[in-house]
Amino acid sequence: MQAFARLLDSLSFQPARNAKLRLIETYLRETPDPDRGWALAALTGGLDFPSAKPALLRGFGQEKIGEELFALSYDYVGDLAETLALIWKTDPAAGPPPTLGEVVETLQRATRTQTPAILKRWLDALDSTGRWALLKLLTGALRVGVSARLAKQAVANIGSQPVDAVEEVWHGLEVPYRPLFDWLLQGAPRPQSNAGAAFLPAMLANPIDRSELDALDPAHFRAEWKWDGIRVQVAASGGLKRLYSRAGEDVSGAFPDIIEAIDFESVFDGELLVRRETAVAPFNDLQQRLNRKTVTPKMLKEHPAHVRLYDVLWLEGVDLRALPFDERRVRLEAWIARKERPRFDLSPLVTFADWVELAAKREEMRADGIEGLMLKRGDSAYLSGRPKGPWFKWKRDPMLADCVLMYAQRGHGKRSSFYSDFTFGCWRDGAAGGRELAPVGKAYFGFTDEELRWLDKWVRDHTTNRYGPVREVEQKLVLEIAFDGIARSTRHKSGVAMRFPRISRIRTDKPAAEADTVENLLRLLTISGPESPLAGGMSHAHYPSVIVTEEP
Amino acid sequence: MAITTATETLNPRTWLYPTPRGLYCEPGDFYIDPAFAVPRAVITHGHGDHARPGHRKALATPETLAIMRTRFQDMPDTEQQALKYGESVRIGEVEVGFAPAGHILGSAQAVLAYRGQRIVVSGDYKRRPDPTCPPFEPVPCDVFITEATFALPVFHHPSDAGEIGKLLRSVATFPERTHLVGVYALGKCQRVIRLLREAGYDKRIWLHGGLLSLCKLYQDHGVDLGDVAPVSEAILETFKGAIVLCPPSALADRWSRRFADPIAAVCSGWMNVRARARQRGAELPLVISDHADWPELTQTLKDVGAPRVWVTHGREEALVHYARGLGIDAEALHLAGREDEES
Repeated sequence: MQAFARLLDSLSFQPARNAKLRLIETYLRETPDPDRGWALAALTGGLDFPSAKPALLRGFGQEKIGEELFALSYDYVGDLAETLALIWKTDPAAGPPPTLGEVVETLQRATRTQTPAILKRWLDALDSTGRWALLKLLTGALRVGVSARLAKQAVANIGSQPVDAVEEVWHGLEVPYRPLFDWLLQGAPRPQSNAGAAFLPAMLANPIDRSELDALDPAHFRAEWKWDGIRVQVAASGGLKRLYSRAGEDVSGAFPDIIEAIDFESVFDGELLVRRETAVAPFNDLQQRLNRKTVTPKMLKEHPAHVRLYDVLWLEGVDLRALPFDERRVRLEAWIARKERPRFDLSPLVTFADWVELAAKREEMRADGIEGLMLKRGDSAYLSGRPKGPWFKWKRDPMLADCVLMYAQRGHGKRSSFYSDFTFGCWRDGAAGGRELAPVGKAYFGFTDEELRWLDKWVRDHTTNRYGPVREVEQKLVLEIAFDGIARSTRHKSGVAMRFPRISRIRTDKPAAEADTVENLLRLLTISGPESPLAGGMSHAHYPSVIVTEEP
Repeated sequence: MAITTATETLNPRTWLYPTPRGLYCEPGDFYIDPAFAVPRAVITHGHGDHARPGHRKALATPETLAIMRTRFQDMPDTEQQALKYGESVRIGEVEVGFAPAGHILGSAQAVLAYRGQRIVVSGDYKRRPDPTCPPFEPVPCDVFITEATFALPVFHHPSDAGEIGKLLRSVATFPERTHLVGVYALGKCQRVIRLLREAGYDKRIWLHGGLLSLCKLYQDHGVDLGDVAPVSEAILETFKGAIVLCPPSALADRWSRRFADPIAAVCSGWMNVRARARQRGAELPLVISDHADWPELTQTLKDVGAPRVWVTHGREEALVHYARGLGIDAEALHLAGREDEES
């Protein structure tokens, strides 16, 4: 545990990617099995400790120093694990600290009632860094700036293999990955690839805008809608069926309706949507189904999942990734045509003669559950990663509104201590005849680091009131907010909720009185059209949060 | 704990209270650590947010006045009055004395007595030993005004020796690299040098130009810094394996590019919290602070035993909450001009 804690500690202070890789590689080489395997699982998000959840840790903290002091401490530090690690005191009488393997194996066997006592004993035995690492491990969010991909890159490096070779065997492996280390370090045979519905690294697109298109020949490209859902991979082989996010995260558990409908042995690339009758439901409906361990029958009935297919990677045991897009498309269309499958359909190609025509189609489609267009070269093979040139995403332009900053709260993680969560509002007629601001959304990104420092200072200098961690500020700073859609909301005083709002500009030049009105925002709603999926039934709408699995 | 029965009748807020220019003592007509130039100031210590130039009269310890003269071009326009620890002087109707605060060289708590009531303005303080100044002295009083820079239960500053040990281990592990240590010019810098000497490090310690004058002042006051030299005077020096001290702002400055693959170490109480350490770009965070941590702050409330406590600059809420739990009549005192985040 101490070596792992030192690794996490060094990683958390090391901003450079290559240095991070070196730290992980050194750790993996020097640490024996099974600890290095557990560590790798922790870095790739492959460990889960259901009996050690944040509520338990919060309870520990409140027990130590009381609810009020714990709340103030947590608000300041911005990280639950670190807060608890810092307020806890090492007890020299607690015995030796546990090893990483001991932690994982003990917790996997421990019952929910045994866990608290075990944890307390470990917290007493570890030093502050050890406690922090233990608690990060348990809560599953290490936040040391290492993605699963980077950790896999480090593993690949110790065996001088390309990262995609590791990626292809990855899902056939089990923690603590002994066959993987045997292959990479001892020269044992490569573990079976695509044994059981392995994730195949996804192909990603680069953003493009109208001005860059003229340099490209429209005849080389195919266009399809970029649906407003979650990019997924449906993988079935050897009797196993899986649904993966584009980052390779297994989300099968949350979508049993999709898994059940798989009656093939193939791998497809598509968009996960909630679909009712023929209409694609708002993204918000899909969000209801994400990040759930169990799905209720009611949820399955009211938010039925659906995959709209873009591409085929393997078809009935044959790897098609080296074929050009056009040929894969022919096979995909033929496969779809063979049998009716209610949970799967084909994303149609958008025909166009030139960029002008395509631009017009993109404009028309603004609100129909579509994020924009994908452009794919007809001769492109399916490559992993984000190669430059073959695929582009041409997102629709965001809507803009000038809003007034109303409240700010400190951020978490990297932005801890900075006032970086901003609630903003638009004008409407107030009760007393005058105008008042009604909150319309909350944003915590879109700004540069420099702008963040500026905003933080502005908030501190213009605070008029504090409600716990929230500061109310003078109603005088105008923020230009960019957002991808707007919907009615019964949960908000203003009656509207924005999709994916972010701060696009700080408008110090504009007086607050000239900011937009709620009425103006509602007009955007009618432009979207009454039959638009974004306009209907968003009673569950809340301020949209960052969707990690969505392509940024 | 009350010194006399006057406590019962005299409301201390009527004779000492915050104003936009700073904490004002009405019966003495002076300000304590004012944020702006005033006719008469009492200064607890030499840090920039407490000691400012331009006052007509300033009362401080001899060391603090020396620091102020060094920082403010000799202060020819300020009438300076030196008062040693343990001595006192009458200003208007108020008896003013100084007790050591253990924060930096010359740092003092201002002890104010008026009509049998005693208020202690502790300025900034810490309780652990500091080789560059005498230790904090608890003074019984009716009202204790305390800082709250690190007033949260998450702040437990580890031992100085352990943190200095981290630095020396890193120097031993990376003999090819320069260790650039970010320290505040006044107090932290000289304390870190002393701590390195006490840990047995006797090599030359290199200094950024911004640290020179205050290091000289400390040496003049009998603090032995050993072999120190300005970076600018180095000849044929590669700085490989060297320890170089600089103000924290210089770590990310062009100035730092001259060194061999430098490791940025930052010495501050904020280094206790990861996100803060990362925001400051620290690769080697060292928790060395001149402020009291949570155990020291809470212990001090008990040691001083004041029935009333006013909490200023920092995380007032937590300390006020804690003090009330001890049955102390505690409240936050919002003072102008105090930085939220200093170390």
